[in-house]
Amino acid sequence: MDAKVAHKGLTIAGKSFGSRLMIGTSRYPNQQVMMDAIEASGAEIVTVAVRRVSLESGGEGLFDLLGDRFHLLPNTAGCYTARDAVLTAELAREALGTDWVKLEVIGDDETLFPDVEQLLRGAEELVKKGFIVLPYCNDDPITCRKLEDMGCAAVMPLAAPIGSGMGIRNPYNLRIIREQVSVPVIVDAGVGTASDAAVAMELGMDGILLNTAVAGARDPVGMARAMRLGIEAGRLAFESGRIPRKLYATASTPIEGAIEL
Amino acid sequence: MTGGPTFSLNGERRPWSDITVGALLSDAGVDVARGGVAVARNGEVVPRPSWDQTAVQPDDRIEIVHIVRGG
Repeated sequence: MDAKVAHKGLTIAGKSFGSRLMIGTSRYPNQQVMMDAIEASGAEIVTVAVRRVSLESGGEGLFDLLGDRFHLLPNTAGCYTARDAVLTAELAREALGTDWVKLEVIGDDETLFPDVEQLLRGAEELVKKGFIVLPYCNDDPITCRKLEDMGCAAVMPLAAPIGSGMGIRNPYNLRIIREQVSVPVIVDAGVGTASDAAVAMELGMDGILLNTAVAGARDPVGMARAMRLGIEAGRLAFESGRIPRKLYATASTPIEGAIEL
Repeated sequence: MTGGPTFSLNGERRPWSDITVGALLSDAGVDVARGGVAVARNGEVVPRPSWDQTAVQPDDRIEIVHIVRGG
């Protein structure tokens, strides 16, 4: 049975991971908190970005810090066109020696919503160039299906705007996406707290990518652990099959043998 | 700036001199022994093994990038 196989973990492009959580490296109070939070989250896939080297201050050595221990997933954050995203992905491949890319092509910097036209164009080109493409996309089943048809290794619909912490705004679309595509569906963006993560997993999502909800929490390490547990609980609930919702009560204690006065 | 040839490095215009990409990286203080660095020349990646053989030409657009924190 599919659910039993999936219970063992998340498989993307033939590579298996024990954790269904992918975590970002941005916005932590400091590097130690970031490392402790990543550790506490149990995530094996960790996202990073590609930026110009500062010609004054040099690099921060993030690659050396994380490269040996985690599966680094470079993003194309900040790209507005397919062309920029493709070059960024190629630079990331060169810098990290990975074919994997979280493809992000945004339409504006206020909503950070994807520019679907450019996203599809970028995805198509990167797949042709041999990349394992994980696109950040709208919670639109048609877009997700197109991305799958192009050969993307997963689809990563948003649950709410990036960094908004608004939670799962359209659970029905996410369910439709889960039914419509056969690649893993990773909720990317919008998760604010552990119950959001659990809800996403109960909907049958295959994984969650988050950053701000942990990095911006009062205690990022505690929240990282909460997310881990929320995802595990939600996934287990999904696999275990919830009871149907009913309007009226059903006694849980048997009626037979009750005293009658 | 004089009227001599220039090139652009991470968006900054600089006077051009006959230099390889590898030497440019050292001059820019990039620790090339460290991983997580990549170079593009005119929108195309210059693979690491070619850094020392690739000459910077006048009007080139060179981008030196590295891995940083991201979500």
